[in-house]
Amino acid sequence: MSKGEINGVDTAHLLFARGVVGDAPAAGDYTWRASNEWVHGTHSRTRIDGYFGLGEERAHKSNYEFEADHPLEFNAKDNAATPVEIVLAGLASCLTAGVAAVAENREIKLRSVKATLEADMNIGGILGADPDVRNGFNDVRVNYEIDADGAGQADLEALVAQSQKISAVFDIMTNPTNVSVSVS
Amino acid sequence: MRTTTVVIGAGHSGLAVSHFLSARSIDHVVLERGEVANSWRTERWDSLRLLTPNWKTGLPGLPYDGKDPDGYMTMPEVVDFIDRYARLLDPPLETLTTVLSVRKDGEDYEVVTDRGDWLCRSVVLASGGFNLPKVPPIAAALPTSVDSVTSLDYRRPSDLREGAVLVVGVSATGIQIAEEIHRSGRPVTVSVGEHVRLPRVYRGKDIHWWMDMVGVSNERFDEVDDIIRARRVPSPQLVGTPERKTLDLNFLTDMGVRMVGRLAGIRDGKAQMSGGLHNKCKRADLKMNRLLTTIDEWVAENGLDNEFDPPHRFEPTRVEKSPPLSLDLEGGEVRTVLWATGYRPDYSWLDVPVLDHRGRLRHEGGVVTGSPGMYRIGLNFLRRRKSSFIHGAEDDARDLVDHLAAYLKARTPVASNGQVR
Repeated sequence: MSKGEINGVDTAHLLFARGVVGDAPAAGDYTWRASNEWVHGTHSRTRIDGYFGLGEERAHKSNYEFEADHPLEFNAKDNAATPVEIVLAGLASCLTAGVAAVAENREIKLRSVKATLEADMNIGGILGADPDVRNGFNDVRVNYEIDADGAGQADLEALVAQSQKISAVFDIMTNPTNVSVSVS
Repeated sequence: MRTTTVVIGAGHSGLAVSHFLSARSIDHVVLERGEVANSWRTERWDSLRLLTPNWKTGLPGLPYDGKDPDGYMTMPEVVDFIDRYARLLDPPLETLTTVLSVRKDGEDYEVVTDRGDWLCRSVVLASGGFNLPKVPPIAAALPTSVDSVTSLDYRRPSDLREGAVLVVGVSATGIQIAEEIHRSGRPVTVSVGEHVRLPRVYRGKDIHWWMDMVGVSNERFDEVDDIIRARRVPSPQLVGTPERKTLDLNFLTDMGVRMVGRLAGIRDGKAQMSGGLHNKCKRADLKMNRLLTTIDEWVAENGLDNEFDPPHRFEPTRVEKSPPLSLDLEGGEVRTVLWATGYRPDYSWLDVPVLDHRGRLRHEGGVVTGSPGMYRIGLNFLRRRKSSFIHGAEDDARDLVDHLAAYLKARTPVASNGQVR
C-alpha cells in the first residue's frame, strides 16, 4: 500500500491512467480472453491466462480457473456453481471494487463492505416451454451493507450509485452488447 | 481588409467581447452570418424561455431594467434585449456575413467570408455552442417508418405527426419538449440517461439565486476537481414559466408520460433500453439533495434561518419496478423519435488545427491551446459554471479581453520600416 491509501486502492495511479487514456484513446483498448473446455455432462472449466491491454499482451500473476456446472434438479452433478451465478459473482466483484475505489477517492475509510445479490429468472425460457419468457434474468437485486468511518447514509448511497456508474459489469448487464459465436 | 481583432458571432457573447474591446480601444469587427442574436432568433422552439430569471439576465453595461425581475424571458424578449444591447454598443458590425474559413497567416489570422476577407492579429470565436444537434450514431438504425426530429429542428408539437413520440434525453430541452408534446395529445415516452434534477424554487427563492449565494455559479474552471466532467454536465431540468413551476420526471409521470432507460441500441426495429434507469434517477436525486444540503448549511451558517421558508426535501424520483427494456418502433407504437441528446458547436470553417480527436476545441478557459491570439467564448463551463448563461458572458468576456490585450501588447512587433504595426 503506498502512502496515503486508506482502503488499499491506488487512486493516484487510476487517475494517472485516466489521463494517459484520455490523451491517447487507443491505449485504452483492452481485449479480455477466456478459454473453456467441456469436462463431462454440463460441467466445464474456464481458464483465464492472458489479455491484451495498454498496447501489449499481458499475463496475470498466475492462471485462474473457474468451474461451472448445473444443479441436481437438472439431473446434473452440481460440481460447481451455475454460469448465471458466476455472472452474479462478476457483478458483485465489479461493484465492490468500484465502492472501494470511490471510497478511496472520497477519503472514506471502509471497515466492511458486504453485498448480497438476487437474480430472478424463469427457467421456462431455457427449457423452451414458453417462447414469451426470456432465457436470462428478468430482475437483478443487489444490496450493500457498508460500515465506514465518517460516512452517513447519503454518502454510502452516493458511493454505491457512483460505483454503478463506473462499473463494467453493470454496463454489460444493463446494456445490449453484440455477441458473435463461430465454429472453427 | 485589416483589423486587430475579428469577433465571429454577434450573439450576447460576441457583443460582450466587443464591449470590452471597445473599452480598451482595440480595433475590431464583429462578423455575423445572420442578424444580431441569430441563433436565439432562428434556432429555438416556440415556447422556450430563458432558464434564468430576468433579474440575472444582463450584459456588461446593460442590467435587466424591466418590470418583471422574477420572470423568464421568451425568445422574442431575449432577441429584443440583445438587439437593444447592440444598439447601445453600436459595435463595428457586419451582419449577413458568413465566415467560410479561419486560417493562420504567419502569426496572423485570415478570416475568409462571403463578403470579403479580413486579416487580423487575434480572433474570438463567439459562434455559439449549440450549432449542431448531437445525435447518437444509433439513430441511423431507426426504421424509415419513424420520423426522426432533432431538438434543433423542433418548433412546436403540431409539426409532428399524430401518434406516440419517444423523446430521447431529459435535460432542460428534453423535459420541456416532452411536456408540451404530451399535452398536445401525442403520448410521450422519455428515455432517461444522465440528468441533473433541480427544483425551480427552493425555500422561496429561485434555484439560480441560491447557486449564486452558495458560490456554485461562480466556480471557476481552474478550481473544480475535474473540468472535463464539469463541462459535460447536462443542462439541469429547469423551465422558465410565469408560475415558476418545477418540471421534473415526477411531474411528467403524473401527466402520464412513461419513463424508460437510456436508449442503448436499435436492433430488428426495436429500441433497446438500458436497465440502469434506477441508478440514473437515484444519482440525480442524491446530487440534488447535496446541493439543497449545501444551501441549508449556508443559510444556517449565516444565521438566516428565519429569513426563508423552512428546509424540506422533494419526493424521490418514482421509477416503476421493472421499466420496459425494449420498444417496438415498427408496429406503430412510436411515430416520432425526438432527439434531445444535446448540441455541439460547428467548427467546419475553422482551418486551424486546434481540435482534439473528437472534434472538440482545446482551450484553457477560452484561451485556445496551440494557437496564440485565438479565443473562444460561450461554451458550457468555459471559465465558470455560469459561462453558458447570458449573465455569464460578462466575466468571461472581461477575462478573455484582458488576456487578448496582454497578448497583443507582448506581440506588438516593429515593422521593417521602423513603425509599430
